[in-house]
Amino acid sequence: MKAIYQSTVGEGLTLTDTSYCPGCGHGIIHKLVMESIAELGKLGETIGVSPIGCSVVAHEYMNVEMCEAAHGRAPAVATGIKRVHPNHIVFSYQGDGDLASIGMTEIVHAAMRGEKFTTFFVNNAIYGMTGGQMAPTTLLGQKSTTSIDGRKKEISGMPIRVSELLATIDGAVYVERVAVNTPANVRKAKQAIKRALDVQQRKLGFSFVEFLSSCPTNWGLTPVNALKWVGEHMIPYYPLGIFKQPEEEK
Amino acid sequence: MAERVLMKGNEAFAEAAIRGGCRFYVGYPITPQSEIPEFMSHELPKRGGTFIQAESELGTINMSYGIGCAGGNVFISSASPGIALMQEGFSFLCSAEVPLVAMNVSRSGAGIGGIQPGQCDYNQVTRGGGNGDYHIPVFAPSTMQDAVDIIYESFEIADRYRNPVMILADGMMGQMMEPVVLPEPKTLYKDEADIANYKPWALTGSKGKANRNRIKSYHAHPAELEQYIDYLYEKYMRMEKELQRAESYHTDDAEIVFVAYGSMARIVREVLEVLRKDGIKAGMIRPISLWPFPTAPFEALNPEVTKVVISAEMSKGQMIPDIRLALKDRIPVKLFSRTGGIIPSTEEIVAFVKTLRKELK
Ligand SMILES: Cc1ncc(C[n+]2csc(CCOP(=O)(O)OP(=O)(O)O)c2C)c(N)n1
Ligand code: SF4
Repeated sequence: MKAIYQSTVGEGLTLTDTSYCPGCGHGIIHKLVMESIAELGKLGETIGVSPIGCSVVAHEYMNVEMCEAAHGRAPAVATGIKRVHPNHIVFSYQGDGDLASIGMTEIVHAAMRGEKFTTFFVNNAIYGMTGGQMAPTTLLGQKSTTSIDGRKKEISGMPIRVSELLATIDGAVYVERVAVNTPANVRKAKQAIKRALDVQQRKLGFSFVEFLSSCPTNWGLTPVNALKWVGEHMIPYYPLGIFKQPEEEK
Repeated sequence: MAERVLMKGNEAFAEAAIRGGCRFYVGYPITPQSEIPEFMSHELPKRGGTFIQAESELGTINMSYGIGCAGGNVFISSASPGIALMQEGFSFLCSAEVPLVAMNVSRSGAGIGGIQPGQCDYNQVTRGGGNGDYHIPVFAPSTMQDAVDIIYESFEIADRYRNPVMILADGMMGQMMEPVVLPEPKTLYKDEADIANYKPWALTGSKGKANRNRIKSYHAHPAELEQYIDYLYEKYMRMEKELQRAESYHTDDAEIVFVAYGSMARIVREVLEVLRKDGIKAGMIRPISLWPFPTAPFEALNPEVTKVVISAEMSKGQMIPDIRLALKDRIPVKLFSRTGGIIPSTEEIVAFVKTLRKELK
């Protein structure tokens, strides 16, 4: 009989309850990343880096060898790891405060050097762990604890589009933005992960997948409405799609 | 094979690191140590190693943390403001128990200061600017040979304690030429596949292991964190006992004992000769380890014989609290200091001693 669904719990993911809130995108993205690595048969030859943010504890759930990095520095740490183990799969997993604010230098330079690891970037348009402050990715008009009347362009500028920015860098070979708000988008997100890991395994350069994700807790929405909000507000400003891919695949 | 050569300080430091087992070097340009990354960029790849020029000192320390997590033996170097920028990383490496050998070829002043030699990073390196309860052993060579020997040994010290080790050499040492005997190159691990045998805790992939390795700094539960801090504290206390190093020169009969390290100790050695010729009994304690600060030579001083201790520094008395603790305040401590990148002359220190003796009488 053909299996229609294979759980990765106990394989790519550990048998642990996560600390993530109900409706949080981190859980879905963890599952997609680990399923993809498990399907490559590479769990034993993968090293991951978790960020500072709600997913600092990703190593509790992702069943591969991992370390934590200081806030924003995961791309530098992944660079070091990949230089020691060039044949392993190496990834950093980072939130938008971590990557697009305090760690912008490290991600840009890792891409510039064409480091042969993959970054999974979870954009939930807010600082989750610290309780809902404005991030560089917070949308115009979006309320946060440091922008209670909504983000204003005159004070905080426009939200940054990281995928588009990184796609301008030669060393970034694969750049795609996906969302985890609907079953169809979740399936597409997994395909993006697999393409990024393929680029890494072929040692073509830096690969990057941005996930538009939900933070119902700090958005003040129910899990269902949070997913709707991703579709209605985030996707129009952060368009989905492949921004960069190897020449032969175009 | 060991060989005697004439080398510039910074290049000798880099060569000693390669011979001591350094397989990775990460750095960012800053005077007066830029010859180290320059030398490493062309030498290390020839010897089977990897050179990375980082985008900043934050990049340097965090790439090195990654290399260390993955089990690679890594060496970094910088100078005072660059070391300042790395402090979060040092605290992180200590908390995650990741080894590293770092070198501070120090300059002078706070902020950007000046590029001439200085020793005013004493507090920065012995106390650390990072958060939390942590310690880093600091060794301060005073000749090129000392530097070569201690750098060579430091990779094993760092691995033994799973902790960063710091070498403090001022800019004068980095720039001078001196003959040195280079020790025989050693191999700490053969290749990438051998890392898991040499460092079973390192991240090498979980394949074939009973349990996967994880390296972490974050502890969500207070009781668990306190237990972990106590475990690390016990290790630091062991390091404090086992790593104290110093040299004493003519201290037994000395009425005046200098305390000096690094380039200052070289100058004071000349001062001792001049003073002794003039019939003034002077000696010196040269701390080699700055943390842990060596206490035994201070305990051995007799207040009946030694009337005054002089902390000779290119900083403003930063070493004095350590000296007073080691002496248990049994003998008064005076400061001789030049700063701003000015290296004092022998004559100037001799004159300082003669004036001080008159004042004390
Ligand atoms: C140097 C430093 N500055 C600030 C913090 C506090 N801090 C912890 S997590 C975080 C933001 C996390 O937000 P994000 O990266 O968006 O991840 P999320 O929690 O939303 O998944 C901040 C600012 C820190 N730990 N270290
Ligand atoms: S605070 Fe937001 S990002 Fe953090 S776990 Fe909860 S929902 Fe997820």
